[in-house]
Amino acid sequence: MIFRILNKPELRELFDVLAANRIIGPVQKGTSHDGKPLYVFEPVFDFNELKLDYTSTTRPAKRYFLPSHETLCTFSIHENGWEKSVDFNIHEPHVFFGMHACDINALDKLDKVLLESNFPTPYYAAKRKNMFIIGIECTPQPFCFCRSMGTDSAFHGFDMFLTDLGDRYFVEVQSVAAFNFLKNIKTREPEEKDHARYMELVAEKNRMFTTIVDTTDLAKILDMEFQSDVWKYWGDKCLSCGTCASVCPTCYCYGVEESVDIDLKGAKKKKHLYSCNLIDFAEVAGGHNFRPESHTRLKYRYYHKHRGFMEEFEESLCVGCGRCSEACLAKITVPEVIASVRSGVKPKRRSSRHGK
Amino acid sequence: MPVEKYLGVPLHRPKVAFFEFTACEGCQLQILNNEATLLDFLSLLEVVTFREAMKERSDDYEIAFVEGSITRADEARRLKVIRSKAKILVAMGSCACFGGVNQLKNRFNNLAWVKEQVYGTFPIETEEARPLEDVVPVDLKIYGCPVKKEEVEKIVTNLVLGKSVNHPKYPVCMECMANDNICLYKLGEPCLGPVTRAGCDAWCPGSRRGCWGCRGPADAANVDQIISIMDEHKFSAETIIDRLECFGGFREFAEALKKKTATSKTKKKRAGK
Repeated sequence: MIFRILNKPELRELFDVLAANRIIGPVQKGTSHDGKPLYVFEPVFDFNELKLDYTSTTRPAKRYFLPSHETLCTFSIHENGWEKSVDFNIHEPHVFFGMHACDINALDKLDKVLLESNFPTPYYAAKRKNMFIIGIECTPQPFCFCRSMGTDSAFHGFDMFLTDLGDRYFVEVQSVAAFNFLKNIKTREPEEKDHARYMELVAEKNRMFTTIVDTTDLAKILDMEFQSDVWKYWGDKCLSCGTCASVCPTCYCYGVEESVDIDLKGAKKKKHLYSCNLIDFAEVAGGHNFRPESHTRLKYRYYHKHRGFMEEFEESLCVGCGRCSEACLAKITVPEVIASVRSGVKPKRRSSRHGK
Repeated sequence: MPVEKYLGVPLHRPKVAFFEFTACEGCQLQILNNEATLLDFLSLLEVVTFREAMKERSDDYEIAFVEGSITRADEARRLKVIRSKAKILVAMGSCACFGGVNQLKNRFNNLAWVKEQVYGTFPIETEEARPLEDVVPVDLKIYGCPVKKEEVEKIVTNLVLGKSVNHPKYPVCMECMANDNICLYKLGEPCLGPVTRAGCDAWCPGSRRGCWGCRGPADAANVDQIISIMDEHKFSAETIIDRLECFGGFREFAEALKKKTATSKTKKKRAGK
């Protein structure tokens, strides 16, 4: 790894160098009813719009590489036959300017399934191979538990990573592309005091985590607690609305639907991301539903994240970003669900996440 | 030119008729209100009766699209005649599916009083607003107030091609999230999206209007939970009941909540004494 120091005004120069491509970054989209800023990843055309000190985006950057709806192929139908045409839907490279470690780790986990498995998906690969990622250090929020999931820092899967040292950035250079881009702007070798400041900040960040999830032996415990009553408790709360999966940076399950255009001259095969909490996720041909009750579906989501993926890849599929807990109207939070499964005790009162 | 063959197989253009009962005819207007695909839509079908669009009429039809709720005895009789002629009867829109906005009058115990308030002494017959299926069997429902034209087009295309017609079983949240909307609860507005059947592409939430549940409950709708969530978000019982009873799809939940609120009010009163 190469380390550099970048003076703050120089970052704008880097933005301009990269602006020949489409830049996606954190911007503020609105304010919640309790006065908190709401951030999202959106195309950025002006450096001043970027909110690099953002807390967390309400949605992951998933829609740029794993969109909720994607046309896999189209058919043109004529008198006696049809032709198929496939488009991987990659129109331009994307530069992600300011991604947190959890979201970079999420990409690495998606890579394991969608790139490195026996059946890589070209739709994802085409987009993943065409992105440039600038990571940025974050401030842990009350809902973040990435440290517990081992995803509070990123080791690979990005091009460069910035840490705000006050008047300058500490830059980790990971890729050749990043090294070449940095040639266009002024940087310098880090000195002893830069290293010291960096380590100070890292220690400070570590002290800020307030939510801890005990993941010791979690995969085994989940197996042992398959019949636990607590699942029913959470299942009764669940709205089966699929929002947790929609805001999850690693949920990739999907359904495929074919439709014929109204003029009968064309047809489409479309993929849409689905959620294992939706009522018909495990419904098969003939109408049998393997998971008709809400608690069995909710349990399945936890088993996929914290047990199934663990068995396959020696790591959890959850990055601890806390978005699902924040988005869940029924206040079903990962730390609380896991704690209740471990202890077998249902929470006595509702979470006081919103400071009530 | 209507398409005659699809993949070499001759197509049958079904004869269809459109009817309306107690409704605003907005659903039928939706169908006409799509110039870009109207000709393609019409070339799939042979429309024999459509009062809002044409003068000709015929009693020879296979599919009847019926809009509106039933609020008079003669409407019920007419609907039965339509049912006897149509192979497929489609209930189109919230009024036909659940009674729609019309069924709001059913909440008054004294319909004679309602009639007097609305019509004065004008001699008019009106009874409780009922969905079509309270009178005749319904083969297919197309939800929404109004129906979403893209959804109607998809359903009609599938009917003509002999493909199955599937409604989403999940709630509006899935479509709202897919459209990258910010959750209205985060913005402090009530919304029935988490329990209402999807298919509208989160039409209202996408325009920053909370869902009113015009498409009725989704398959696994956890309505009790959304009621307590709305309560936690400090929305009044009145606000919640208004939403639940507006289109008729959530009527039983609205009724239950009304009863519960009434009892808790009496209890509070008693405790106050």
